[in-house]
Amino acid sequence: MMNKAAEAPGTVRAPATPAVHAAGLTVVRGPRTVLRDLDFSVPRGQITGLLGPSGCGKSTLMRSVVGTQAKVTGTLTVLDRPAGHPTLRARVGYVTQDPSVYLDLTVRQNLDYFAAVLLPGRAAADRRRADVERVLTEVDLTSHADALAGNLSGGQLSRVSLAVALLGAPELLVLDEPTVGLDPVLRRDLWDLFHSLAGHGTTLLISSHVMDEAERCHRLLLMREGRLLADDSPDALRARTGTDTVEAAFLHLVDTANATRTN
Amino acid sequence: MNLSRTTATAGRVLRQLLHDPRTIALMLLVPCVMLVLLRYVFDANPATFNSIGASLLGIFPLITMFLVTSIATLRERTTGTLERLLAMPLAKGDLIGGYALAFGAVAVLQSLLATGLALWGLDLNVIGSAWLLLLVALLDALLGTALGLFVSAFAASEFQAVQFMPAVIFPQLLLCGLFTARDTMQPVLRAISDVLPMSYAVDGMNQVLRHTDLTATYVRDVLIVAGCAVLVLALGAATLRRRTA
Repeated sequence: MMNKAAEAPGTVRAPATPAVHAAGLTVVRGPRTVLRDLDFSVPRGQITGLLGPSGCGKSTLMRSVVGTQAKVTGTLTVLDRPAGHPTLRARVGYVTQDPSVYLDLTVRQNLDYFAAVLLPGRAAADRRRADVERVLTEVDLTSHADALAGNLSGGQLSRVSLAVALLGAPELLVLDEPTVGLDPVLRRDLWDLFHSLAGHGTTLLISSHVMDEAERCHRLLLMREGRLLADDSPDALRARTGTDTVEAAFLHLVDTANATRTN
Repeated sequence: MNLSRTTATAGRVLRQLLHDPRTIALMLLVPCVMLVLLRYVFDANPATFNSIGASLLGIFPLITMFLVTSIATLRERTTGTLERLLAMPLAKGDLIGGYALAFGAVAVLQSLLATGLALWGLDLNVIGSAWLLLLVALLDALLGTALGLFVSAFAASEFQAVQFMPAVIFPQLLLCGLFTARDTMQPVLRAISDVLPMSYAVDGMNQVLRHTDLTATYVRDVLIVAGCAVLVLALGAATLRRRTA
C-alpha cells in the first residue's frame, strides 16, 4: 500500500487491469440465487455506481467484492488478487449500510481504534493521529470528534462509518448507500469528496437506489433481480436507450428485458 | 496475531466500559454484596460460610464475565462492527485476545475486591495463600469470557444470550460441589461433574481453603481450568467467520 507513494508521479503502471473484474459471478443465499452469472469490470481511478431497486443484490455484490460474502462462485478479482485475499484487507475500504461503529465510544475513539487495527504499533502513532485528523476533516466531523457516537444523528453516524473506511487511504472504496438520509448540501459535499478521491487515483464502487446520483458516476452498473441490465457510462446509456435521464434509461431497459422474457 | 492489535482491541473494550459506569459498578459491587449477604445468612454457622464463600469467589467472576462477554460480542455481531473488523487486517486471535485481556483486567479488579472483602472484612478463614485464590478467580474469569464468546455465536438476540446463562452455567453450578460433595452424587451426575470445568474451579478454591501449601490437586485443578479456557477460546475463534451468508 505504501509502495505506491514511492513511484514517480504519472508513472503508468502496466498492465492497467481493472480494479474489480467479475466473470460468471454467482452467489447463493439459502434457497435463493441472489446474483446470477454476472460479468463486469470496475475501472481504476473512477467512480462506478451500482444502481438498482432495494433487494436486487447490490449489497451482496459489494460483500462479495470485499470478501465477506459466503458461497461465491465464478471468478472475482480485486486489485489483481482473488476477492477476500488477506493482503486486500488493508487495501479495500468498506462501508456497510449498518453504522458499524461503536455507539458507546466517541467519534475519535472509534477512529483511533480502527486506525490502530490498520496501522498497528507505537512507531506509527504519529501517522495514525494525522490520518484520523485527515478523515475527520474529509467527512466534516471535526467539531463532533469528541461526541459519543450514540448521540449523533443518523446522517452523522453514517459519516463516521465513512471516515473509518477512509482511514489508511485504501486503493478501493466500496460504499453501500453512503448518502442515505443526508441533506442535499452534505450529499453534494460527499460527492465532491468522492470525485476528489477518484482524482487522486482511488477507485470507488458506490451503491445507491437514488437514480439522480447516477449522473455523478463515471460508470454505471444497473442491476435488477440479481442480473446486470447495463454496464456503461451515463452518457452512453442515455444515448443507447434514447432517453434524457439515467432513470428513464433504467426503466427502458427493464421494459425491454421484460418484453424479451415474455416473448 | 499481532500484539499491538490485541492491546488496541483490549483498550477499546475497556474504553467502551468506561463510558458505562453503571455496568462497572454492578460488575464490581454485586459479588461483594452477595458475599456480605451470604455471611449473615449463615450467621450461626461460620463453617458453612467458609466453604461456600470460598467456592463463590471462584464462581462470581465466571458468571459475570460470561454475561458481559456474551452480550458484548453479540453486539459486535449485530451492529456490523464484527463484519467490519473481519474485513480489516485483524486476526481472529487479536479480537478474542483483546476481549480476554480487557475482561481479564476487570476480573482481577473484581476478584481483588471480593477476595479482600471476604478475607479481611467477613473473616473467611482460608489456610492457604490469598494469591492462589486470586489465580483461580482469574482463570475462572477467562473461562467465563471464553464461554460467553462461544455461546454468542448461537444467540440471535440479547434475549437468547441471557437465556444461555441458565443453560450453560446453572448445570455446572448444581454439579460443581457447591451444594453437596461431588462424590455423594448419583454416579451418572458424578461422572458428568468430572468433565465440567467449574467443578475444578471450586475444588481449587477448596484446596486453598484447607491446605497451607500448594497441593498437587490444586495444580491439576488450575491446569484443567486454564486448559478449558484456552480450548473454549479456540472454539470461539472458530465461530468467527470472515465470510457469512
